[in-house]
Amino acid sequence: MVPALRVVGVAKRFGVTQALAGIDLEVAQGDFFGLLGPNGAGKTTLISALAGLVRADAGHLEVMGHDVQADYRQARLKLGVVPQELVFDPFFSVRQTLRIQSGYYGIRHNDDWIDEILANLDLTGKAEDNMRSLSGGMKRRVLVAQALVHKPPVIVLDEPTAGVDVELRQGLWRFIRRLNGEGHTIVLTTHYLEEAEANCSRIAMMKAGRVVALDTTAKLLARFGGGTTSLEDAFMRVMKEAA
Amino acid sequence: MIGFLTLLRKEILRFWKVGFQTVAAPVVTALLYLLIFSHVLADHVRVYDDVPYTAFLVPGLVMMSVLQNAFANSSSSLIQSKVTGSVVFMLLAPISYRAFWAAYVAAAALRGLLVGLGVFVVTLGFTGAHLAAPLWILVFALLGAAVLGTLGVIAGIWADKFDQLAAFQNFLIMPLTFLSGVFYSTHSLPPFWQQVSHWNPVFYMIDGFRYGFFAMSDVSPWQSLAVVGVCFILLAALTLELLRRGYKLRM
Ligand SMILES: Nc1ncnc2c1ncn2[C@@H]1O[C@H](COP(=O)(O)OP(=O)(O)OP(=O)(O)O)[C@@H](O)[C@H]1O
Ligand SMILES: [Mg+2]
Repeated sequence: MVPALRVVGVAKRFGVTQALAGIDLEVAQGDFFGLLGPNGAGKTTLISALAGLVRADAGHLEVMGHDVQADYRQARLKLGVVPQELVFDPFFSVRQTLRIQSGYYGIRHNDDWIDEILANLDLTGKAEDNMRSLSGGMKRRVLVAQALVHKPPVIVLDEPTAGVDVELRQGLWRFIRRLNGEGHTIVLTTHYLEEAEANCSRIAMMKAGRVVALDTTAKLLARFGGGTTSLEDAFMRVMKEAA
Repeated sequence: MIGFLTLLRKEILRFWKVGFQTVAAPVVTALLYLLIFSHVLADHVRVYDDVPYTAFLVPGLVMMSVLQNAFANSSSSLIQSKVTGSVVFMLLAPISYRAFWAAYVAAAALRGLLVGLGVFVVTLGFTGAHLAAPLWILVFALLGAAVLGTLGVIAGIWADKFDQLAAFQNFLIMPLTFLSGVFYSTHSLPPFWQQVSHWNPVFYMIDGFRYGFFAMSDVSPWQSLAVVGVCFILLAALTLELLRRGYKLRM
């Protein structure tokens, strides 16, 4: 089976900043994968390179076996990305936004699935509202919805829960776990490490553009004492050792 | 194909939702030009012997409106989605760069043509219709709108801020359209400025367009078609290359 994501020797520099300094990574299909690291570690840059928003200076990246440059249309079709920045098109309602997004992926008449996504993200009551009128947390959930319209086999969420309230966070994770259970590969970045600990089966920790730890969540915890060790403790230890 | 159609529909919806600003207002502007210039100049300027000045002016104003609005549509739409960040949704999608260009240009051309049609209809009351060669009218309107729509895509990609776009508009698009024979025939210019005008591609758009109304023009419509056609091909090729490379859109 081809890996959901394959990243080989990827480097990216912005001016004097080496955002990615040689990343090698594979995420198997069906994984629930956590990408952790402090601010500026390069998580968003790596996701952007996978999505074709950023062009790597070196190395190559594949989504479900499709090269993100040479075979960009197939690669993008297989990928759903929730961007970190809270962006929206102020011209449209939530439903229009999702219909347009479906059309971009070649899908007409997607309202059944759109309604299901809206229900799961607790946005049904907001479907006809203009994007401008939503609260920050609601806009974030629309971003999640937009990434799911084409039922991508690989779903990448860049801090999907930032600014989302506790109850809805729970609901969001239930929905994402369900999608994972149905076979979608999930890649997640978050600064709430307990979320990663609860959901992710494998974790990569990044620092200054490098992967400094990569293992199953259980093994990472065990390596730093097991038992009562939390992912946060493990994370702090890894970051200190990598310094 | 669905991706292209969706993007096209979105772009049309965008200007149509604010149609008062994007279609009605430019028609009113053109009408003001017509009232002022025809009032001031009608008795002083005669370009072609049997064409009154007001009748001469109308096609120029129609074409100027087509061109300026085609440019405004693609450029402002792109810069807005860049500034708000929502351009990311198009960049994430599996839409080919050709479809991207085609959708922006088609929507821009449509807005240009709608405004042009509006200007033409409201000026009918002043001059009546002279349509000597309607096919030329259509060809130049479409091609001119496509050229300026494409230029708008370039400007929208290049500009990072609204004032950069305004500079593009004020220092390139406005002079090119105003100094193109909208309000006069280039034959009435001194030889030097006549020469200069003939380096302006917009001159050929307007001259060819006007030929469709009066079967008279400063240069042959075939020559104008050749110039405008080559411009279109060059600009389209440049735009497609910029989009293919992701210039300013993909870092
Ligand atoms: N467009 C850009 N231009 C210049 N520098 C950039 C750009 N994007 C990212 N960087 C730099 O690259 C480095 C990695 O940034 P990135 O956004 O990938 O970090 P991150 O791990 O996602 O951080 P965070 O947790 O804060 O989201 C940072 O030093 C950042 O300043
Ligand atoms: Mg980030």
